[in-house]
Amino acid sequence: MTVQINGEGHDLAADTTVADVVRTLVRHSERGVAVALDGDVVPRSEWNTTVLRDGAQVEVLRAVQGG
Amino acid sequence: MKLGGRHWRSRLIMGTGGFRSLEELESALVASAAEIVTVALRRVDPTRSAPSPLEVIDRLGLFVLPNTAGCYTAREAVRTAQLAREAFETDWIKLEVIGDDRTLYPDAVELLDAAEQLVADGFVVLPYTNDDPILARRLEAAGCAAVMPLGSPIGAGRGIDNEHHIRLIVEQAEVPVILDAGIGTASDAAQAMELGCDAVLCASAIARADDPARMATAIRLAVEAGYEARRAGRIPRRLHAEASTSPLGLAELGDEAGERGVNVEQA
Repeated sequence: MTVQINGEGHDLAADTTVADVVRTLVRHSERGVAVALDGDVVPRSEWNTTVLRDGAQVEVLRAVQGG
Repeated sequence: MKLGGRHWRSRLIMGTGGFRSLEELESALVASAAEIVTVALRRVDPTRSAPSPLEVIDRLGLFVLPNTAGCYTAREAVRTAQLAREAFETDWIKLEVIGDDRTLYPDAVELLDAAEQLVADGFVVLPYTNDDPILARRLEAAGCAAVMPLGSPIGAGRGIDNEHHIRLIVEQAEVPVILDAGIGTASDAAQAMELGCDAVLCASAIARADDPARMATAIRLAVEAGYEARRAGRIPRRLHAEASTSPLGLAELGDEAGERGVNVEQA
């Protein structure tokens, strides 16, 4: 299946979860990381159980300097 | 200062944007004695391993205030605030909804809409707002925990363009007023506090100074000085002088003309 992650298409295995995507992208601490799936927030407690569907749009965000 | 139901010792809130390195950020944060610091949320980019400011902020034990910088609509800002709540486990949000990238002025309509939605969703909302007393009143009525008017545009460094507006906002507000944006140097921060603001939020003036830590010290002292001056109560501005030394008991040491300061030989 193909999933959009931060605006780029990725071919992923069918049972890939949000937690799998986060682990691939974020190598350091997961503090300050947030995930949106199709525009909605995925609570951290649901990362492990949220399985992605074909065509899903995932945004993985992290803290940066700002403000 | 009481803000969001908590007591804070520092009246200087620091932004973390614009620093040339995390080392400069850390030394400036220490020098500022700020307790609250802002951060933003952006996409993870695995090709660039830019270090996170959170490591510094956590090491110093500071309070993270996420912002919604870069949002143009209420919808985007509300989503960003909800993501920030997950990322940082905080209900506090510095709400920014801007209208264009030339002025970075808030979009008043979207800002108020976002503020109402976020208050209803349980957030402690600190809105970056125009220096508009009516909008400030509407944001307070919507349940915001503070109002944060700009002194001049973000990064402009012009200080306070319209002190009368800041004065009007302070006069009516029953929530803390935090001057956010426009500070260029220490005297601007002192002026904000002398006008009656409860705190100052400062990023660019410190981050982009030649010596950020030294500017952080200067602005910290200016915030304290301005706060004390406000509480002390300044004297009125006058057109004419008012002698600080009493003329009573002045010795008679010359003739009448001489006393008036006129040259006797010419008179």
